[in-house]
Amino acid sequence: MFIGNIMQKFMISFLLVISLLVNSGLVNAAADLDVNTPAISALKNSMQSRHAQLAAHYASGAIGLTADGLIAVRDATALPLKDRQGINALVAAENNDRNALYKEVAAGNGHPEWQGEVRNIFAGRWIDKAQSGWYFQRDGGWVKK
Amino acid sequence: MKSILSLLTLTLAVTACVTINIYFPAAAAEKAADKIIDEVWQLKDGVSTPASKPAESPAK
Repeated sequence: MFIGNIMQKFMISFLLVISLLVNSGLVNAAADLDVNTPAISALKNSMQSRHAQLAAHYASGAIGLTADGLIAVRDATALPLKDRQGINALVAAENNDRNALYKEVAAGNGHPEWQGEVRNIFAGRWIDKAQSGWYFQRDGGWVKK
Repeated sequence: MKSILSLLTLTLAVTACVTINIYFPAAAAEKAADKIIDEVWQLKDGVSTPASKPAESPAK
């Protein structure tokens, strides 16, 4: 019976420790997401410098924001001839960075499985913060903001 | 007694796993997204205020 008592005490303290760990994990997750990892900073810089090239194309309607947090060519005829060749590569490079960013935000916070939700949040925020006149996708069609 | 306790442990462990896995901090993710987008699109003259940004109103 003595051994049984020790066993009980051990298990109860084990339960306590586990529940403390679980709680602190939840509190941390709720407070903030870390977006200052080296990988995220590198992606931000790369996207920021690319934006200098993309900005005019958002404004002309040549490219637009998709519902899944990426960008796409909407109307290549809105592009100056000199830019038509390079636009697909530019869009692909941006989308690579965006996909990597969503992955990094999720994985960098210890939850790779959050990637899809992170993407959805970003998709909504890109569109909310877009300038008026830019195009975004809704229900499969392009809408001018 | 012992079996009740192990059952309790098991239940707690299982619910803990489920809680952690399904919990997604949507508000924190929005905040993170806003911060990153502001920097990429340079929406808040980020040169002068890189670290301490006042809590912005949700705009809508």
